[in-house]
Amino acid sequence: MDDAHEGPVLEVTDLETNFKTPAGLVRAVDGVSLSLERGKTIGIVGESGSGKSVLSRSIMGLLPSGNVVRKGSVRYQGQEIGELTPNQLRDFWGPEMAMIFQDPMTSLNPVMKIGNQITESIRYHLDQSKSESRETALALLQSVRIPEPTKRLNEYPHQLSGGMRQRVCIAVALACGPRLLIADEPTTALDVTVQSQILDLLQGQQEARFMAMILVTHDLGVVAGRTDEIAVMYAGQIVERAPTKVLFSKMKMPYTEALLKSIPKIENPSHTRLLAISGRPPSLVSPPSGCRFEPRCLYAQDRCREEMPPLMLAETPGHEYRCWFPVGTPEGKAALEKNLREKETPVGVDTSALVNG
Amino acid sequence: MAEQTHPTSTASLQTREDGGLLADAPPEVLDIQPGLADGTGPTGSVKVEKSKGKRLGVMGWLALGWMVLVLLMAVVPTLFPIPALEERSRDAIVSGNFGPQSGHWLGVDGSGYDMASKVVHGARASMTVAVGGITFALLIGGFLGLISGYFRGKVDTVIVGAFNVMLAMPALILALTLATVFATGDNVSYARRVFIVMLAIGIVSIPIIGRIARANTLAWAEREFVLASRLLGTKTPRIIWREVLPNVAPAMFSIALLGVGVAIVAEGGLALLGVGVPASITSPSWGNLIATLRSQLFLGRPWGVFAPSVAIFLTILSLNYLGDVVRARFDVRESVL
Amino acid sequence: MKMVLKRVGQLVVVLFLVTALTALLFSLLPGDLAEVSIPFGSDEQREALREDLGLKEPVFVQYGRWMGNFVQGDFGSFYRQGNVTSVVDRVKSTAPVSLQLMLYAQVLALALAIPLGILTARRAGSAVDKGTNTTAYALLALPNFVLALVLAYIVGVELEWVPPQGYVRLTQNVGDHLKTMVLPTVSLAVGQVAIYMRLLRTDLVATLQQDFILMAKSKGITERRVLWRHALRPSSLTLLTAAGLNVGTLIGGALILEIIFNLDGMGRLIFESISERQVVAIQSLVAIVAIAYVLVNFLVDLLYAVLDPRIRRG
Repeated sequence: MDDAHEGPVLEVTDLETNFKTPAGLVRAVDGVSLSLERGKTIGIVGESGSGKSVLSRSIMGLLPSGNVVRKGSVRYQGQEIGELTPNQLRDFWGPEMAMIFQDPMTSLNPVMKIGNQITESIRYHLDQSKSESRETALALLQSVRIPEPTKRLNEYPHQLSGGMRQRVCIAVALACGPRLLIADEPTTALDVTVQSQILDLLQGQQEARFMAMILVTHDLGVVAGRTDEIAVMYAGQIVERAPTKVLFSKMKMPYTEALLKSIPKIENPSHTRLLAISGRPPSLVSPPSGCRFEPRCLYAQDRCREEMPPLMLAETPGHEYRCWFPVGTPEGKAALEKNLREKETPVGVDTSALVNG
Repeated sequence: MAEQTHPTSTASLQTREDGGLLADAPPEVLDIQPGLADGTGPTGSVKVEKSKGKRLGVMGWLALGWMVLVLLMAVVPTLFPIPALEERSRDAIVSGNFGPQSGHWLGVDGSGYDMASKVVHGARASMTVAVGGITFALLIGGFLGLISGYFRGKVDTVIVGAFNVMLAMPALILALTLATVFATGDNVSYARRVFIVMLAIGIVSIPIIGRIARANTLAWAEREFVLASRLLGTKTPRIIWREVLPNVAPAMFSIALLGVGVAIVAEGGLALLGVGVPASITSPSWGNLIATLRSQLFLGRPWGVFAPSVAIFLTILSLNYLGDVVRARFDVRESVL
Repeated sequence: MKMVLKRVGQLVVVLFLVTALTALLFSLLPGDLAEVSIPFGSDEQREALREDLGLKEPVFVQYGRWMGNFVQGDFGSFYRQGNVTSVVDRVKSTAPVSLQLMLYAQVLALALAIPLGILTARRAGSAVDKGTNTTAYALLALPNFVLALVLAYIVGVELEWVPPQGYVRLTQNVGDHLKTMVLPTVSLAVGQVAIYMRLLRTDLVATLQQDFILMAKSKGITERRVLWRHALRPSSLTLLTAAGLNVGTLIGGALILEIIFNLDGMGRLIFESISERQVVAIQSLVAIVAIAYVLVNFLVDLLYAVLDPRIRRG
């Protein structure tokens, strides 16, 4: 790869990923654009089914051929990923980009020793000898802070705990020194106590190696202190994107607000009502023609039903959102108050928390 | 002897060998692609189930049609427009043409006997032995499997141990031994020989069917409604009969269909070993036809072997297919099979 | 190790019960065995035979005597008119034939089934997959003796490529040996190919959906490596178990094919002993087959434990 490449490591423009199914075309990713520089971390946040996992796999180029239709562009260091042959793509995976998967219990091969699972890509991509690659693997296990790394090399995944396995997965992903690391819900399947350890480890490695990192999660709390930028996804689209601090302080999108309100906060008195988002995300086969969040939105007005909001620029640079009646603006306030007055909020939503809070 | 005793380590695999594998794969759940696991929830069903095998379909009707035909042959062979068993075709022998010809649409054997007639009349013995044997195994094996899986404990240990001992002998050798021992003697009647072959096939099938019944019962006896029934004070035989059996039955029936196919092969095998249904001009079975007429094949007169072979092939194919249909329809999971 | 000892114990019990059961079964045979074995012998000869077989003693004494001899390697004798041959000798000459047949068939079956299973699993749903599966489905309904006779007729009688019957020893002439073994091997292997292939395909399709396969792919290693190193290994365990269990089918198949193709193997030996009511010989032969069968499955289980690390420690 061209080390002298200027500009962002990753540039995604109008990416669409659709799946052909008997039920129709599933628009899993619908017109997503984002860019990422070296040494930066972007968080992609959304509910299950928002298309965030498909987005991360589309960026990797790790989708099966056949029933997938891709449009738009994914440029890695200026190179269009979609134009690469499978062989060229394979050379990218490992030394250029790597991925960490959600469930460490199932993402390691149960019948292969941990050492071999780490060394196989080192030997293949970096052309190291057997003993060299073993040394590298040992160093990797140390760097992801696995106790007794020499012993672990000869063990099988089932002999490790979930947290340890995810550390091994991280070591596998880091093995060939990727510039872009995609972590797809890396802590979802883990115990709460282990989650922050793994996230700290990821953050530390990202900083130490000056990697670009994409952290995919459904939990705004996970990305809060660990990312430079956050993109919130809903029904295949990015609905709000902003530098992390800006997002938390000046969110515009009602969906982001709802996500945040659904997280318990330590400073709230106990027994504070949590505001769950009622309903489910819309069908990705035939999404609503207006705003996709409209059926579940407390701010929704007639215009939201009719017209899909484009990504609009907020006053802060780098802050974009998709909403006609943004949170914290006079129009938004008016819309919410009108709905509360007329009780036109989505069924089953307890608005008392919103009014009192 | 515990469940993991030799020679068959897992129930599921044993059955796979004897039946499960003969069947087509269950309707596959066609996951669009692994990456979409995250999109399966709210976006509705991204999983699309192939409906293949759920309905009978053209193949199913053909299979069913053939089986009805075979049953008609077995029950009322007189329905079919065929020459009498004893009738020989002088023309065929004179002309040397043994293949299909007018009046003998399946050809004639090396002695000029009509093969269509032999195949039609042979169905009775073959089906009696196969269906009878499997029914016997279904009754005994099913019963043993049910009580073994329901009561567990010592009963289970003893029954499973007995199954394992029976399975320690290759099935054909065991059937051969049984048929030899019980069908030996100077004046053993035809009926008794047929009965012995049937019994031999039935006995070797007991452990196979029994293990499936047991595995299924184990799975069902744990279910809430069975437990509820037990807590309500329902008598055990009634629970087994009313709650467990109806749920175990589809798997049993499906495996029984496959079993009949295997039994037809076994009848042929025993015939080739000289202990099958006794052969004579007037008492054909598909197996003994092949066994007795195979020497003609090496002399260049293969029709005597071809006709019953085709009958056997079509019958097993049909039974396998129907077994799959039953399995798919009642959603019998591979794991309990 | 403890597990192995326990298994060996179970093994012995199973074998004891199998042989005892066989002994009991044959004691039910009607008629005087001496009469049946040497119908034209003199009274003195029959009396000697009765004495020799211990026919006057109760069943369990006969069984005990047989067992004592058996474990010492004395498998008894064939009793014929004025002629007594040792079962051990016959087994020595016939066992290799049966073993060759089963070995060739098993190797051929796996050699065909593994590539086919991988091919169809990779292209699951394609025309190749459907075609192969339909063929396999049909082959499963084809009894080996039917296939054997059809092959013998077409290849042996009509085309005359190979002799339709008979056996040539490997040490006599390798080419002729292979020629005589080709038809029995193919007949025995075809059904197994269908079983193994379908099993491997189902298993591989499931394995290929696993997360660790996606993870392996994301390492950027070759597809071949993903397939052979990552996907095939877990599936091969299922295949191995099936192959072990199939030995029973294989033994039954070999028995019949030896008769059809006129091969002088153990199957024919058993067949002859049964038709001549050579009780001691049958007893020994059945025991040998059962032991072999049980041992093979025992070995498969051990191998399974070696190959699957999850079982090894558990």
